[in-house]
Amino acid sequence: MLRTLRAVAVLAVLAADPATAQQHTLPLGELRSGVEFVGASVRAMQADDLANPGFLWVESGEKLWNAPAGAQERSCASCHGDARTSMRGVATRYPRHDEAAGLLDLEARIGRCRVERQKAAPWARESDELLAITTFVAFQSRGLPLGVTIDGPARAAFERGRAFYEARHGQMNLACTQCHDGNWGKRLLNETISQGHGNAFPAYRLEWQGIGSLQRRIRACLFGIRAEMPPPGAPELTDVELYLAWRAQGLPLEAPGVRR
Amino acid sequence: MPDARVNVPASVARGKPFEVRIIIRHPMETGYRTDESGKSIPRNVIRTFVCRYGGEPVFTARLSSGIAANPYLRFFVTAKESGQLTFEWTDDSGAKGSESAAVTVV
Repeated sequence: MLRTLRAVAVLAVLAADPATAQQHTLPLGELRSGVEFVGASVRAMQADDLANPGFLWVESGEKLWNAPAGAQERSCASCHGDARTSMRGVATRYPRHDEAAGLLDLEARIGRCRVERQKAAPWARESDELLAITTFVAFQSRGLPLGVTIDGPARAAFERGRAFYEARHGQMNLACTQCHDGNWGKRLLNETISQGHGNAFPAYRLEWQGIGSLQRRIRACLFGIRAEMPPPGAPELTDVELYLAWRAQGLPLEAPGVRR
Repeated sequence: MPDARVNVPASVARGKPFEVRIIIRHPMETGYRTDESGKSIPRNVIRTFVCRYGGEPVFTARLSSGIAANPYLRFFVTAKESGQLTFEWTDDSGAKGSESAAVTVV
């Protein structure tokens, strides 16, 4: 039933833009969430909300949602009310184009809201607070299919993201697409290569012993191929996030996911 | 930031065992790692954990550097009387954490 709904939702998205549908390197039927490439114990950890450590951040994010901050002592809830309804589905539409600021991912959107609307001190990328509130907001869309907009003003960023994804980087001279489109499912030493979808982020990674953003994960991949890593929040990374979200269009959001 | 998430059943049957689950937010720093300047990061792991039921210890654990960050513990306690389950832990830095949960015996 869920699968049917998901398929219908995706078909609706694709039907609206038939030209876009042609360009997917991975057709919908072949999309595999990263959770399908991890072991049984990690899958069990993600499936059980009480064992999933990511929920420590969901809970602290909920506290931050309701905590007054800034000059006017306003909280997120003062404007947005109950996140369970107001934030449902929001994370599936990010990264998203903003008239004033250009392309924003969910972290950047929350960060701008905090500085401009709450008039509060900004949170750094990968800070515990920003990760917690982002995880909390993303969690409200868990189970909903990703569905970003790549037309209109977002088009240029999307094309840049795709170019980055397809370009060779670093000393190993590898492009994202070579592993994640061409060789997914095969082994890289002890790891099964995933399709490289970002639908579980912010995710708890056992390697990190904590939760981290999709940008951190992309940076880790760039480190792995010995490429230069753009700093957290760099526009290149946000562009790639948009391309990845479009590429994973239709996969359900899993935040907070658990990954190796 | 919350220190821990605890889960106990809403109500438990007298004389029957029930499951207690707790996940504690803690870095469990092993002491074997170094920071970016090569300086050793001192060990800081939770050393002792105790769960009391109506004041009586019913479960204790000694943790070590081999246990991952944000340790997750799952154990069983036999239901006697309605009361409080309290959880306390201490780490290498001397910091103490605590959490509690109410148990209703029917």
